[in-house]
Amino acid sequence: MAEPSIDQIEKVITDALVTFGADASAISRDAELAALDVDSLDLAELSQILEEQFGVELTSADVAEIETVGDAIDLVAARAT
Amino acid sequence: MNEVVVTGMGAITPLGVGAATLHERWVEGDCGIVDGEGRCDAFQPADFFSVKEARRADRFTQLVLVASREALADAGWNGDLPYDAARVGAIIGTGIGGIGTIETNDRALIEHGPKRVSPLAVPLMMGNAGAAAVSMHHGLEGPSYGVVSACAAGAHAIGSAMRAIQHGDAVAVLAGGTEAALTPLARAAFVAVEALSVSGISRPFDARRDGFVMGEGAGVLVLENGAEARARGARILAVLRGYGATSDAYHLTAPRAGGEGAAAAITRALEDAELAAGDIVYVNAHGTSTPLNDHAETLALKSALGAHAAAVPISSTKSAIGHLLGAAGAVEAVATILALRARVLPPTLGLDEPDPELDLDYVPNRARPLELAEHQRAIAISNSFGFGGHNAVLCLEAI
Repeated sequence: MAEPSIDQIEKVITDALVTFGADASAISRDAELAALDVDSLDLAELSQILEEQFGVELTSADVAEIETVGDAIDLVAARAT
Repeated sequence: MNEVVVTGMGAITPLGVGAATLHERWVEGDCGIVDGEGRCDAFQPADFFSVKEARRADRFTQLVLVASREALADAGWNGDLPYDAARVGAIIGTGIGGIGTIETNDRALIEHGPKRVSPLAVPLMMGNAGAAAVSMHHGLEGPSYGVVSACAAGAHAIGSAMRAIQHGDAVAVLAGGTEAALTPLARAAFVAVEALSVSGISRPFDARRDGFVMGEGAGVLVLENGAEARARGARILAVLRGYGATSDAYHLTAPRAGGEGAAAAITRALEDAELAAGDIVYVNAHGTSTPLNDHAETLALKSALGAHAAAVPISSTKSAIGHLLGAAGAVEAVATILALRARVLPPTLGLDEPDPELDLDYVPNRARPLELAEHQRAIAISNSFGFGGHNAVLCLEAI
């Protein structure tokens, strides 16, 4: 699998959060997941999508460290290399 | 024991959104069955839920949430609980639970493998999801659980809630039933067991009846401790007088031919209510339109009510909306209370060719006034029977 670009990762994560019901206009790198009403079930779904898209396996311990949208993007980018 | 009263009601059925819609359209003789199924076509999730709320709930849970909101508004709760949240519960029956979620995820499993099964699969499919959602959405911290007894689940849920209030486990309970099983697997499975009508017509007690018509929907009652409800100045719609629950202990799908288990449940409900057969002015029948049920239920009514069976009007809500499975008992309790309050006997639709063996007054096709003598009380029973031999009967008095 080719290494994904930051833009690709950001798009997949943003699309997923919108699907989960987050307000698209509120999503930015600095946005906190809690403020977007993203909870543990959303993160479990997000992990599944990221593995499917980028082959990155994230455990619940990994996602527990994520606070912002940017954290999620950076974590996937780091793991995908 | 504490008296248990009904202070609010909600329903979503193939006749539309709202308990009043169900009542008014059924009395008019409208039928919500289209192409052999009773779908809640008027229900659009986006009208009631945010994106997140909608995807966190299987359709059977969405339906009961809509009914519960209506019931709470009807009870005048308006967002604030009139009691300590720890004393308010939610008991919601279902026949099957989130079967749509099960089917979607099973397809994902087969087509794409286990990693495509959703993390939401379990919380959406579980049979208690409706009770959990009602508890969470309204902040109810008292006893909450699902009740699973096939087509008797809605009535069992109301009966269980009645006991919880009578014994002081809760001051109030949102009780009801819900079902959304118009799915390929459920449809095929009911066809396989030869329960569904081949003609696609629900005509209880008619000589040509050939099975039930599947429907979906939900019904919810707000039940409260009578003394507490009166103290808060609540409008009392009805009193839950009695509850009888028995089992056939006989067959997975067939009732006892003589309706013995059903008769015992009716008798038990009357004893619980400390009423006599002659006090009953209306019977909301289980009336599924299957050859076996309608015969056995007629015999059960004759056995339990004696000579009064020939005098009491009986009708089947399923003639207008089909069989709502685990929601049926709750929706029919709502319909019964509204009929009693309006002093009207809603009709059994489609009953054009009487079965010579079924010779009671099934109020065929046209509603009639419910005429009460002076001092006569508006008391009815509502019957529910389920696959597995579960029998549940509620005795209700409209105030």
